[in-house]
Amino acid sequence: MSGSEHPDHLWRNPDPKRSYDVVIVGGGGHGLSTAYYLARNHGITNVAVLERGWLAGGNMARNTTVIRSNYLWDESAAIYEHSMKLWETLAEDLDYDILFSQRGVLNLTHSLHDTREAHRRVYANRLNGIDAEWLTPEEIKEFCPIVNLSPDLRYPVMGASLQRRGGIAKHDYVAWAFARQADAFGVDLVQNCEVTGFDLDGGRVTGVQTSRGPIAAGKVALCAAGHSTVLAAMVGLDLPIQSHPLQALVSELLEPALNCVVLSNAVHVYVSQAHKGELVMGAGIDPFISYAQRGSPHIIEYQLAAAVELFPIFSRAHVVRTWGGIVDVSPDASPIVGLTPIENLFVNCGWGTGGFKATPASGWVYAHTIARGEPHPLNAPFSLDRFARGALIDEHGAAAVAH
Amino acid sequence: MLLIPCPWCGQRDEIEFRYGGAAHVEYPADPETVDDATWARYLFVRPNPKGPLAERWCHSQGCRRWFNIVRDTVTHQIMRSYRMEEAP
Repeated sequence: MSGSEHPDHLWRNPDPKRSYDVVIVGGGGHGLSTAYYLARNHGITNVAVLERGWLAGGNMARNTTVIRSNYLWDESAAIYEHSMKLWETLAEDLDYDILFSQRGVLNLTHSLHDTREAHRRVYANRLNGIDAEWLTPEEIKEFCPIVNLSPDLRYPVMGASLQRRGGIAKHDYVAWAFARQADAFGVDLVQNCEVTGFDLDGGRVTGVQTSRGPIAAGKVALCAAGHSTVLAAMVGLDLPIQSHPLQALVSELLEPALNCVVLSNAVHVYVSQAHKGELVMGAGIDPFISYAQRGSPHIIEYQLAAAVELFPIFSRAHVVRTWGGIVDVSPDASPIVGLTPIENLFVNCGWGTGGFKATPASGWVYAHTIARGEPHPLNAPFSLDRFARGALIDEHGAAAVAH
Repeated sequence: MLLIPCPWCGQRDEIEFRYGGAAHVEYPADPETVDDATWARYLFVRPNPKGPLAERWCHSQGCRRWFNIVRDTVTHQIMRSYRMEEAP
């Protein structure tokens, strides 16, 4: 495949078989990449991905496609940088142009504290072998001329961290690329198939009940983001996850104006310009718990105010569409990937507001965990039992984005 | 935007309120005797139902008092609003 051609065939639409070696619950980006790496890295192909709706129609269709690995803590830096390295060869690996564009991610700072934290993060990133730079306002002007650097701003821009290898990709293509290759390995991608219960034999899971009948499984791998606690509750498992709306929006198609990704925590918005030309923006979660895939309008109003303050040239752009996803937020804003107290049942959730960038690495380490029955070194720190051990990986406020 | 019925002030816009998460989370009766798993459950695990949820809000831009509501997390319909001392 070359250029931006689409393949003629993406995947079959099979009926579920009665039994699989591995059943993955959730056909989003992470579920699909898990299926792909199970087949490619571990030779496990008798696998079903069960999706309640249509493939990649949840958060994978609703995120703002930002990719970066500039996390503060070593554990996070390691897994997100592994993801970045996978992104860098993913189009070739999957034989699909996913429009991965390493146009750079700027994290603006607006206070002395912001600035100190950004410096700390830049140095931490460098110690972990991740590219990171500090830009002065003059250097920001050169890199991204449309940022408002006026001292008259209520919270003037004091500088920015820059990860040049960060950027965006086309989220739908990423999902389709993983799905197509998983299908080619023989994985069954089963849509309109909702899991309604689990079959247990003693402390061991042996299969799932679904809206399309019972399916036996050697191993069951949860990968359902905002619905993780709903599934876990069916087997009496408590997950420290809260499901919140996270909203995003796009403008109409515009001429190229923004050449990189810009994030600001203090004047809270993140924005990039998609390949097609629309401005894509997001900010923080709605505070309350919701499964409605929609949030409150004032959240949109605040992020637009922030965007216009930082980018005065956006003031005449129009909002064409807003939407929401259901994000699975954990107490330390870090994912939970690993074993559960129930034998042969695995969990992958808690990616919260930042799961898209992790799509390849999440699948990579989760496939390893499922295949070997023990975590990959990269996800070992992200175990479910870290909360009882007090070994939190506290990325709240540290992860270069407010949550 | 949610229209939240404060038990003292009546219905007000969501922007006047601060969210406080799940209501009726009980502090362990004898915290020195609980094991790590129980303590972790108390600290980190909260109800996250798809359906009715009892939750705390504070009317921070109004009367500044905390209260509870029962709200459906799918429809956002608020079924009940009650004071902290009232039974769940």
